[in-house]
Amino acid sequence: MDQFLQHIINALSLGSIYALIALGYTMVFGVLQLINFAHGEIYMLGAFAGMYAIRWLRLEEHPGIGSLLIALLAAMAASAAAGFVIERLAYRPLRKSPRINLLITAVGVSLFLQYTGQLVFGSDPQFFPTGILELEGYNWSYGDLVIEPMQIVALVLAIILMVVLQYIIFKTRLGRAMRAVSFNHDLASLMGIPTNRIISATFMLGSALAGAAGVLVGLIYPKIEPLMGTMPGLKAFVAAVLGGIGNVTGAVLGAFTLGMAEEFLVGYWVPTYRDALAFGILILILLFKPSGLLGVHRAEKV
Amino acid sequence: MLTSANDYGTLPFFRAVVVFTESWREPQKMNMSLVSRIALGFVVITPLAVGPSMVAHASEDVIKIGEVGSTTGSEATFGVATHQGVDLAIKEINATGGVKGKKLKVILLDDQGKPEEAATATTRLITQDKVTAIIGEVASSRSLAMAPIAQQNKIPMVSPSSTNPKVTEIGDYIFRVCFIDPFQGFVMARFAAENLKVKRVAILRDVKNDYSVGLAKFFTETFKKLGGEIVVDQSYSAGDIDFKSQLTAIRGTKPEAIFVPGYYTEVGLIARQARSLGIKVPLLGGDGWDSPKLLQIGGKAMEGAYFSNHYSAEDKSPHVQAFIDRYRKAYKDTPSGLAAMGFDATMVLADAMKRAKSLSSADIRAALAATKDFQGVTGRISIDQQRNAVKPAVVLKVVNGAFSYESTIRPG
Amino acid sequence: MEVVRSQTQVVNRKFSLNISALQTLVWALVLIAAFVVSPWVEQGINPYWFSILIYCGINIILAVSLNLVNGFTGQFSIGHAGFMAVGAYVAAVITMGLSANPAWNSWVAATGIPADAVLPIGLFLGGVAAAGAGYMVGMPSLRLRGDYLAIVTLGFGEIIRVVMMNTEAVGGASGLNNIPHLSNFGWVYSAVVLTIFCVWRMVHSSHGRTLLAVREDEIAGEAMGVNTTQAKVRAFAMGAFFAGIAGGLYAHQLQILTPQTFDFNKSFEIVIMVVLGGMGSISGSVVAAVLLTVMREALRVIQTWYDVDLRMVIYSLVLIILMLTRPNGLFGTREILDFLPASWRRKLAGGAEARGGGK
Repeated sequence: MDQFLQHIINALSLGSIYALIALGYTMVFGVLQLINFAHGEIYMLGAFAGMYAIRWLRLEEHPGIGSLLIALLAAMAASAAAGFVIERLAYRPLRKSPRINLLITAVGVSLFLQYTGQLVFGSDPQFFPTGILELEGYNWSYGDLVIEPMQIVALVLAIILMVVLQYIIFKTRLGRAMRAVSFNHDLASLMGIPTNRIISATFMLGSALAGAAGVLVGLIYPKIEPLMGTMPGLKAFVAAVLGGIGNVTGAVLGAFTLGMAEEFLVGYWVPTYRDALAFGILILILLFKPSGLLGVHRAEKV
Repeated sequence: MLTSANDYGTLPFFRAVVVFTESWREPQKMNMSLVSRIALGFVVITPLAVGPSMVAHASEDVIKIGEVGSTTGSEATFGVATHQGVDLAIKEINATGGVKGKKLKVILLDDQGKPEEAATATTRLITQDKVTAIIGEVASSRSLAMAPIAQQNKIPMVSPSSTNPKVTEIGDYIFRVCFIDPFQGFVMARFAAENLKVKRVAILRDVKNDYSVGLAKFFTETFKKLGGEIVVDQSYSAGDIDFKSQLTAIRGTKPEAIFVPGYYTEVGLIARQARSLGIKVPLLGGDGWDSPKLLQIGGKAMEGAYFSNHYSAEDKSPHVQAFIDRYRKAYKDTPSGLAAMGFDATMVLADAMKRAKSLSSADIRAALAATKDFQGVTGRISIDQQRNAVKPAVVLKVVNGAFSYESTIRPG
Repeated sequence: MEVVRSQTQVVNRKFSLNISALQTLVWALVLIAAFVVSPWVEQGINPYWFSILIYCGINIILAVSLNLVNGFTGQFSIGHAGFMAVGAYVAAVITMGLSANPAWNSWVAATGIPADAVLPIGLFLGGVAAAGAGYMVGMPSLRLRGDYLAIVTLGFGEIIRVVMMNTEAVGGASGLNNIPHLSNFGWVYSAVVLTIFCVWRMVHSSHGRTLLAVREDEIAGEAMGVNTTQAKVRAFAMGAFFAGIAGGLYAHQLQILTPQTFDFNKSFEIVIMVVLGGMGSISGSVVAAVLLTVMREALRVIQTWYDVDLRMVIYSLVLIILMLTRPNGLFGTREILDFLPASWRRKLAGGAEARGGGK
């Protein structure tokens, strides 16, 4: 029983990681209908930005929430900047071209960041300085059950960010503009909405979320490397599709479902098929309910 | 202002460039034939490819040794560390007079960690650069791609640290200076059973990595023979960061030790997560753990873990300490096992060349096969009938954030 | 222009059978020529360049077969390495199994056919297995469009790799080794000729027109009575078949197979070739495959100067810049013959030419 509960706790913690990445993914898709393949790489950039901020500002000498916030802000700023540049240079010029061209560019950007990352950061994994929060050894345990404080932080943060995003999208002017752009790009610009600026803002917001996820993942799993974004990026995409892509609540729900599925597959059945599982889920969901768990079916426009 | 290709008149190069840029954006307007554009491309590229191989024949009084390694890609550290060892050995040999009055020169080609690239690089080294012998690769899958080519061309190949038994089975020109997986599995199994006196061991292997899978298999064989029990066989794949589900399942079986024969890149995180789940039993591993990064990422969680390795930096023998000193001077770092293996592979090869009757492939091969009790950094190396090195392994323990020598286990 | 062409097509229809028979004959002659010159090429060329030549051939097959899916049918697949893996493994298992089988060996000795004959058997069955995999992947997932299909094919490629990794019969993570070295110039380049010929004929047949219909406007095509799902599945299975053959040739050239070789980076490499050459141009794929394979070796030199690997950085930049400045790649949807003077072209192609379509 303890083992079962432990698996549930693990799954929630894993799910909140996927959720943090999936939120950004789903936002960008919601507005642009573009699968931003490079999202996983932006998450990687965020993790490295956080690490360098901690090193250069010597944040480890002053552990605490303040230092964490500085590292998070640095990572989010760097990721947002990266997202802005990528959108501006690579995606915007292609907005009117066939979707397939945009997709190829996204793949190209993703590969470019992976390999440039290897040149710049080196391909050997680096240690993420966990010393900025003195949480090691503060595990809460009950019998065999163990809960780490960072797991709770990640879970709470994922839910808070989800609520905040939901608020931004449905209650603010920016959100209304985003929804308008998502609904119909040309119509939105006719209504006086600065679509380019809105799209840039969406990209930066989504990328900042990925950057925050990078720092949190760094703190929980203190090993970062230039190729770290690929698999989590794809899995977050699966989570987003599972929940209904473009839907913020759905992304979180999908992430937790994926986390649970992986955890129980590995814990109770065949651990070696873990990487195949996410794609298996993706294929099944696209075949049987392409709109996802919470998504609304969109009619195909001719 | 010059605005179109025609204005350039007789400057063919500029003309070509302008036509190229103009036609690039507007393929419909393109008049210059595509064939000539592609020809232009090849004209630019070909000298790049051919150039160095023409330069390479310049002097005859050097002996060229090829090296293939993964100096880029996700396994770059392995290739880089090995090359540093090789380079150090070459410098030392040349400083003491070289081989048969000639200097050694190493030509390093990168394979990005891909078997296909390793094979092409080997072909290039043998046929373009005309090397006398080849050193490489670290990973067995790449050595297996290289070995048939070396064998076919009858060029001696020495692998510094490919531990898969199949590598030297390819043919009589393929050697290695490290022990093989069955021995390493045997070492840790014996260490667990006899030194740690544990009976119940869990295995957590990297299913993506043939090295890890092989080591787990040979560990299991020996450990069962010694009366132990494998309580659970779990797996992950390289690149994963979350191992809690596997570790939770392992925790449920209450093992006395966990064998994790993976690379250091994942083991640090595995140790952390094991400790935070309250698993206190020792972790055991193989030579893939050998990196300062292991201690950095794993931190306190690595304390008390054991792994088998090729050598110990604590070894007080003068030649080992001399090697470590020189390495520190050159690279500001303690040499890893891979660097030591690269060093030894080069030294064994040079020693064989010195003993060989001539520098013909067959003579070098014969001398390599006759290597006996060569005093390397990683122990006394003798080459056996199967062209594998027979030598002891050391077991290291993580104590106070450093690798400390625990015991030596000899073959047999 | 369009009107004129359709008139010539009508005029040429009665000769078309003869012309296609003639074309087939020419292609068959080229195919035989590949075998005839094979020993000469193998003796005459430096082994290093020769091995590059072989990889060029293998990459041409991969690029042309992926072009059928990505270029002509307009479906974006990034899981081609998965089909290549299926073909490689099946072919290797068959040739290794047959060579070790005494009944087969005595039969070969008795009939006097060359021992190399195991290769075409292995290649063919590998191709069939890959086509089967392509069919299985294609059937359910081709109802999807664009981006989703891309990720699903990537996912299938990964699933194939994970399955290989977990199958002890094919060596698991350590893969297969000691595969006989059977790929030679003759086999590789006859496969190249066969691939180009089949894709060419496919694209210029009525099936090909349904593929183009799918690419140009799926909904309109459907409205015109084209069974788009069937067309896509057919393209997918055929593309996978040739990817499987390329995989088999690769296995018998490299002599070792590991599941890691066929990860999504391999798929991306093939995609880059197709995009660079031009989606919808067979000769574009050929040129791009050769160019990138040679580039890979040429850049090796630059790499030894700077000690960093710029290859993938350059490739990915090329991909982005191409999309931004020249999304049609080097050739667009045109073929290399289209660049010849019109009078030559008419003589060469007779009237049977039809275009890859597009703009």
